[in-house]
Amino acid sequence: MTLQDMLSPRLGQALRPNIWDVVALVLVIGAMVLIVYGGEQTTLPLSALDATPVTLDPANLPSYALRTTMRMLLAIVCSIIFTFIYAALAAKNRRAELVLIPLLDILQSVPILGFLTFTVVFFLNLFPGSVFGAELACVFAIFTSQAWNMTFSMYQSLRSVPKDLEEASQSFHLSGWQRFWRLDVPFAMPGLIWNTMMSMSGGWFFVVASEAITVGNTTVTLPGIGSYVALAIQQQNLPAIFYALITMLLVIVAYDQLLFRPVVAWADKFRFEQTASATAPTSWMLDLFRRTRALRALTLPFSALNKIISNLQISLPGSLRPPAAKAGPPSRVVDAIWLAIVLASTGYAAWRAYAYLSVTLGLSDIVSAIGDGFITLARVIVLIALATLIWVPVGVWIGLRPKLAERIQPLAQFLAAFPANLAFPVFVVLIVRYGLSANIWLSPLMILGTQWYILFNVIAGASAFPSDLREAAGSFHLKGWRWWIKVILPGIFPYYITGAITASGGSWNASIVAEVASWGTTHLTASGLGAYIAEATEAGDFPKVVLGIAIMCILVTLFNRLLWRPLYAFGERRLRLG
Amino acid sequence: MLDQSPPASLLDIRGVCRSFSKGSGEDLLVLEKVDLTIKAGEIVGLLGRSGSGKSTLLRIIAGLIAPSSGDAKCRGETIKGPPHGVAMVFQSFALFPWLTVLQNVELGLEALGVESSVRRKRALAAIDLIGLDGFESAYPKELSGGMRQRVGFARALVVHPDLLLMDEPFSALDVLTAETLRTDLIDLWIEGRLPIKSVLMVTHNIEEAVLMCDRILVFSSNPGRVAAEIKVDLPHPRNRLDPTFRQLVDSIYARMTRRAEARSPSIEGIQGTGVGMVLNHVSSNVLSGLIETLAAPPYHGRADLPVLAGSLQLEADEIFHLGESLQLLRFAQLSEGDLVLTDAGTRFAHLETDARKRLFAEHLINYVPVMGLIRRVLDERPSHTAPAARFRNELEDYMSEDQADETLQAIVSWARYAELFAYDEQAEMFSLENPH
Repeated sequence: MTLQDMLSPRLGQALRPNIWDVVALVLVIGAMVLIVYGGEQTTLPLSALDATPVTLDPANLPSYALRTTMRMLLAIVCSIIFTFIYAALAAKNRRAELVLIPLLDILQSVPILGFLTFTVVFFLNLFPGSVFGAELACVFAIFTSQAWNMTFSMYQSLRSVPKDLEEASQSFHLSGWQRFWRLDVPFAMPGLIWNTMMSMSGGWFFVVASEAITVGNTTVTLPGIGSYVALAIQQQNLPAIFYALITMLLVIVAYDQLLFRPVVAWADKFRFEQTASATAPTSWMLDLFRRTRALRALTLPFSALNKIISNLQISLPGSLRPPAAKAGPPSRVVDAIWLAIVLASTGYAAWRAYAYLSVTLGLSDIVSAIGDGFITLARVIVLIALATLIWVPVGVWIGLRPKLAERIQPLAQFLAAFPANLAFPVFVVLIVRYGLSANIWLSPLMILGTQWYILFNVIAGASAFPSDLREAAGSFHLKGWRWWIKVILPGIFPYYITGAITASGGSWNASIVAEVASWGTTHLTASGLGAYIAEATEAGDFPKVVLGIAIMCILVTLFNRLLWRPLYAFGERRLRLG
Repeated sequence: MLDQSPPASLLDIRGVCRSFSKGSGEDLLVLEKVDLTIKAGEIVGLLGRSGSGKSTLLRIIAGLIAPSSGDAKCRGETIKGPPHGVAMVFQSFALFPWLTVLQNVELGLEALGVESSVRRKRALAAIDLIGLDGFESAYPKELSGGMRQRVGFARALVVHPDLLLMDEPFSALDVLTAETLRTDLIDLWIEGRLPIKSVLMVTHNIEEAVLMCDRILVFSSNPGRVAAEIKVDLPHPRNRLDPTFRQLVDSIYARMTRRAEARSPSIEGIQGTGVGMVLNHVSSNVLSGLIETLAAPPYHGRADLPVLAGSLQLEADEIFHLGESLQLLRFAQLSEGDLVLTDAGTRFAHLETDARKRLFAEHLINYVPVMGLIRRVLDERPSHTAPAARFRNELEDYMSEDQADETLQAIVSWARYAELFAYDEQAEMFSLENPH
């Protein structure tokens, strides 16, 4: 539901990029430049981590898995806190909203592993010689993969809180703080939880990718499953890779059963509907907690704390309070000052970025980066098209058989969560062994993990397809291609688009790890923007990294605005059933 | 004046106006110079059509919106934000779906910082009073509409407000449930068991107002003002079949339609004149159905509005809408609480589909100025097409964006039925070409 919220164009807002997107883009790039600039002054090699090297002993895997999981948890907590603050600010303050929302949109299209390049250096310098900095950099990378869509979902929810509930909380004198916890947060909860789950799925990919990373002459190897696999690749140890795959499998299942199912089942009460739905999500874990007295006692402190927090008589500053009974238009002067501040910082950011990049980069660099960008763009398009050709028929076939769909659906969701980069070496081994062309055969890796989004969304769409329409089509003898074009494809279109958007975004991100691969000493490289960024990162060539990321950002944003959003809007307006 | 009036009046509204900004930037006046005083011990009803500003007035009193001018005082203090001692019951119940019945009822007390043991006691007492015993731990979605609104009442009563505001509290309920809830409430009121001093309710249901209120303020539309004040002296419990009751209902019906004739050419209930007329989107199917019903026995061309509303199971507000649309198209005339078919209307009833469409088209062009305008523009342009935005802009000079939306919808649907011109939803273009 929330990806839809996030993408549905707000009324009267043009789909094409506008001035605020440009402002946001420049601000993001400027900030990166500043971080790099600060970091470069005091680069120092990290030796602390070498003291406890990662080994391939499978006995270590449980503890590595734990470390990896802890990073995930920490990142998700950060994401939630960030979401609450950022979304509340954007939703309740009109001036903040003007900048924050385009900024979020741009941040969403920045390749996550691109962030890592800057933040590793930054955090290492923040805590010189300590593992803590590297850990933070890794957590931050995961955070950047999770936070944006959660924030968007929360923002959209906050903007669409039902008016009558808003009036009720005002008329019963709830303070701004109470209202936030009693109305805003619960109302946003279902969307937030769904997006958190999606973020988690994506997050595994990045936690694995960011545990072992080389930026220039700094190599970070944090104990975890990602580093384990990296070492296995280096030592060409295929069995170790399988151990890692199995461990990851168990971790994700445990995570799902022990954490997410209970949360989803619990959050069912927050769904904003006036009638009880037929099937509520269930969780044995939640039932266990609800029925067992001892376990229930464990949750008491939390609910007490929740009560205390939400009842604190804190009055929020004026700008955060709902515009109670205020009449008259907002001040033009303050608007103008605010605009001036934003434009000035944008100008400054643009100038700094230009000054930094122009020292080492010439026009030819830009041209070659853009060229690489188009190669990767072509890859993404071809791969999405291929995945569509394969998974749409399969998804429809499964979705129209409810029993089968019930069993396949969780599997597809699980596959989407599984970090595909763990499986990359298996493919690389094949490419190396048969001497296949890297330019072609590395490409499928980009979509290895993200194609499942298309599958499970199409299954969902086909399952939701009304049976009376199917029967009508049957009684009019609609068959073959006519049935596909007139009946089922329009029916699943909105779902397919949701899946395809997620898949395409994921593929751009994956290109940074998919376009370069190695097995032992063999290095495979496919030309493309992902490889460009990856190589620049390894060489510690920050200007090139910034350039690569900026270009990817622009391409992804344009791709989204010019293709996906219009398609999405079309699907929502014309083809959404019911 | 002020020093003479006793401070006992709960609510004092003096010359309150409220306007909203229109699409074009000008202001749209929805409430004009309203005066209202409420004293302890009375139930006052605000009766009017939708769009007559009665809900706006209620929200001004609730402190949810501010008046554009005028003076609104509650218990002697100017209303700035929701006043203490006032609680509200909502048309849509406005219950928090993630809170149980008990938690919903306790919410208002929590916000006031009432200590938790006192809170629980008062909440349980309110739940008991309103007949929700046994439902304390249920979530709103598990309850029927009637039970939900009882929660709404309990939540409002538990804060012991001096003034209870009710915004069409029964209009989202089915007929039977609404009636039970009304009588339960009135019983509690006359037994003096409600912890409140006065009630102010908004309604568009004439019978409901006569059944419950001691005093009814009838609102007229565009802009909203108090057109009449009616005292209801019937003793409780009131009987709907009592001839005095019926008489009162009939006279209010007549009063609400009478002004229609007085103020032509502008049509009561239909706001604006000329191109700026705000149209209500009423399906042409419903209109032709109503014309047929009126033409056939037992009405034979003239129907008493309350009777018609009763037999068609329509709210007074809905029957007014339909009547006014027919009046606008000169197929019927509203007079003294009756709906009378015109000659054209009678003719329409006996025509075949295609002939009906032609007659409908003719009346649209002649009597709905915006229709004539669009048709003229389409005729004049060489391409015979025109973007909807062109007319929307023109409409928004006269009305709000929502009203322009509704008007455009009415235009499109009527034009399609009459085959006057076509509309392409995707391109948002009007054109003369119908698909072949």
